[in-house]
Amino acid sequence: MEFFHKKTNFPFMATRKVWYTLSAVLMVVSFASFFMRGLNFGIEFTGGISIEANFPTNAKIDAIHDAVVAAGYHDPTVSTFGSSQDITIRLQSTGESADVLRPKFLAILTSVDPKAQMSKLEVVGPQVGVELRNAAIKSLAITLLLIAGYIILRFHTWRLSLGAILAVMHDPILVLGVFSITQTPFDLPVVAAILAVIGYSLNDTVIVFDRIRETFEKNRRLPSDQVLDQAINQTLSRTIMTKVVTSIVVVTLLLLGGSALRGFSEALLIGIIAGTYSSIYISSSIALSFGLKAEHVFPPIRKDELDERP
Amino acid sequence: MLEYARWKYWLVAAVLAVAFLFALPNIFGDDYALQLARKDRTAMDATQLARVEQVLKDNGVAFKRTYLDKGNTIVRFVDNETQLRARDVVKNDKNGLTRDYVNAMSYASRAPSWLQTLGLRAMPLGLDLRGGLYLLYQVDVNGAVAKLLNTYEQDFRRALNADEITFNDIGTLTVDSDIPNGLRILLPRGADLSKVRDAIKKSHPDLGCRDAVVAEGAAVDCVLTPVQVRERRDFGISQNITTLRNRVNELGVSEPVVQRQGLDRIVVELPGVQNSAEVKDVLGKVATLEYRLVDPRPAPTKGPAPLGTKVYDRKEGGKILLKRDIIVTGDQLINAVASSGQQGPEIQITLDSAGGDEMLRTTRANLGKPMGVVFIEQRRETVEVNGQPVVRDIKEERVINVATINGIFGNRFVTTGLTMNEAKETSLLLRGGALATTISIADERTIGPKLGQENIRKGVTALVVGMAALFVFMIIYYQLFGVVADLVLLANVVLLSALLSMLGTALSLPGIAGIILTVGMAVDANVLIYERIREELRNGVSPQTAIRAGFEKAFSAIFDSNITTLIAGLVLWIFGTGAIRGFAVVLTLGIGTSMFTALMGSRALLTLMFGGKRKVARLAIG
Repeated sequence: MEFFHKKTNFPFMATRKVWYTLSAVLMVVSFASFFMRGLNFGIEFTGGISIEANFPTNAKIDAIHDAVVAAGYHDPTVSTFGSSQDITIRLQSTGESADVLRPKFLAILTSVDPKAQMSKLEVVGPQVGVELRNAAIKSLAITLLLIAGYIILRFHTWRLSLGAILAVMHDPILVLGVFSITQTPFDLPVVAAILAVIGYSLNDTVIVFDRIRETFEKNRRLPSDQVLDQAINQTLSRTIMTKVVTSIVVVTLLLLGGSALRGFSEALLIGIIAGTYSSIYISSSIALSFGLKAEHVFPPIRKDELDERP
Repeated sequence: MLEYARWKYWLVAAVLAVAFLFALPNIFGDDYALQLARKDRTAMDATQLARVEQVLKDNGVAFKRTYLDKGNTIVRFVDNETQLRARDVVKNDKNGLTRDYVNAMSYASRAPSWLQTLGLRAMPLGLDLRGGLYLLYQVDVNGAVAKLLNTYEQDFRRALNADEITFNDIGTLTVDSDIPNGLRILLPRGADLSKVRDAIKKSHPDLGCRDAVVAEGAAVDCVLTPVQVRERRDFGISQNITTLRNRVNELGVSEPVVQRQGLDRIVVELPGVQNSAEVKDVLGKVATLEYRLVDPRPAPTKGPAPLGTKVYDRKEGGKILLKRDIIVTGDQLINAVASSGQQGPEIQITLDSAGGDEMLRTTRANLGKPMGVVFIEQRRETVEVNGQPVVRDIKEERVINVATINGIFGNRFVTTGLTMNEAKETSLLLRGGALATTISIADERTIGPKLGQENIRKGVTALVVGMAALFVFMIIYYQLFGVVADLVLLANVVLLSALLSMLGTALSLPGIAGIILTVGMAVDANVLIYERIREELRNGVSPQTAIRAGFEKAFSAIFDSNITTLIAGLVLWIFGTGAIRGFAVVLTLGIGTSMFTALMGSRALLTLMFGGKRKVARLAIG
């Protein structure tokens, strides 16, 4: 079986303005939402109290909410996760320790349903949250810097480097945008997923760029846009095949991995789709728009160099 | 011709054989178990084992089997409920099980004994998979520095007085630092500063002191170097870690984790523990010691203590009167070890030099008189006062030991007159009591055992279903080559599990996700190779040459494309904590294993199938 039986010949370069516009719109929307709505940070980043509980039958969200408020806690967020029998309650930090909270909330939960069971109780100090957030931002920044450094070393022309860097930035921004728009809880595993996405996204770009170099090598006379189109078309089967396979496992994780891995798998799935798109439509096009030519990839052989050889 | 060097076959085979062996313990899983050890730490024998069995049988607790392991009794159970019931039975046994034994809930591997004798272990499971208690302690490292300055100040006063140098005052000093990091000795105008520096140099040669000019007169500034400040902070942390370890061991929890995190934090992970109040009670205490002389007068039953004395409770009950002057405090104690000496059990105590000097002076003057050891426990509690959380420090003091001074001693001496158990317990308390830094809880998580089991079930289901879907897809897409890729991917999972088991990194839910993801990404290497082979075949190359060219040409692409993931993985490994680090470890190791299996394993297999002198007309590569 093959996705593309014949050699494909999609005009990626000719249509690049369309994809630029699409990406620009997506970026603007992502940024707008990111700055206006922000992210729905998980408790490990904000500090506070999180309680997970299991009910034998469908949980009565409103009743639980009212019971928590009646016990004197302000603005609790009560929601189901995973199934309608599992609920999570989130609260601002009250300064009470877990020993104080546990019996109180056991009482609240059993007042709603005597068979309710508390499966998880988490109390995070605000200081820890701030530090974790800083650590997350630091690791994202360091990863991006290291990868930018690697790209600059790896490709001999800044035109390719720029294309790769923009494509790599494109994907985590999109993931953050989607998480901001849908207000999906943003927890630590999501940060891990975004870092993995940055790694994976570049993977495709590297393969396409390698092919660009190979194609230039084979035929220096060919116009740049044709070389780039050829390179992308030739690697298209591999790009899509790899991503389909990775998506299969990520979708299984999303469907079967449970609520603890939901944000993680969502971030990976969005990131993988965005990464495939950006390495096909964006990275090479940017290099071309900045005037990529054969001599940038292979500097013209200077005569004196040749003469020195015996 | 398609060939592969013989040593490479052997290498692949050997690596996979070893990996299989190391990964093997993981498939057996764990039994719930109860571990019993004698309180006096001697080994248990078969009669004692039989006694435990009998008690369990009498109370109708079913167990799978019992056996002795390193002098401890292990009892295995079918499920968590029986394990809990057995613990209660042992705890409440009237016939002495509680008196003689300490018990711990644990897990015992179901792997056959020959695997265990080889030292092969399954990956430990993280808290999110096993359930348990996670505590993050904040250590007051600045308090440790302040405490050190306080000690120095007292030393300075003593040294200056001993050399009969007049000084106005000693106060703390802050130089290029966000906390006080030095001391300033204020002296009258015209004082001989070099004499002051010499006096300090005698007791603290490693402390840098310089003369300073201040408005009120002359001064000498002694400032800790940044290295000394850091050492003191580290000391505060490592002392706390040692103490927490000791106390965690007292709790009898299996596979506990106590480790430093970042600058001033300690993580404690206790698998299987659900009752956090009980645990925090034991762990959260800060203890210190004081040595004081005993006042021979009887302690007054009511009313204030006589001048210069203080009333204390004794550990064994009753009250005692001690002198107010402290001889030595706990942070001057370097070590305390229980051993059996000529006069029976004893505790060997080592003090630092300042403590040793003071002890020498005191014992010389008070030979034959009794000396008491005061054990002071502090804990920090958050209570609610008028709806506002208020942090409150609670202090409890009691005399744990009174001994007669039988000789003049300095920084090393022994305390006798205890039973062996008492000696052991007291030395543990003394060592833990050396602690001078307060800790408080910054983050706390309890994960129920059901949630843990649920997480394992979901993780493993996702792994199995994900891999099955992927295997089927690969076979449809690449036919026979798909089968080869599937075998290679399976080998990859085995290799990865083996590495994780060897490292002993706890497997978390994100870790399982990392394994699934690694498999998904490892396909990429195979796809790159196969697509190249297909391409070569399309160009009309013979099958054998196509396979060789496929591997050779795909190599650089596989290598390059993995470097970026490696960068992300390493950054996460370094900056991540807990479960996230588990993911990073899997991600990073997975790159290595998938490169090895895809490049070497799959090449060996394909060469075996199509290589050599045979004629291959066509490849079943879809």
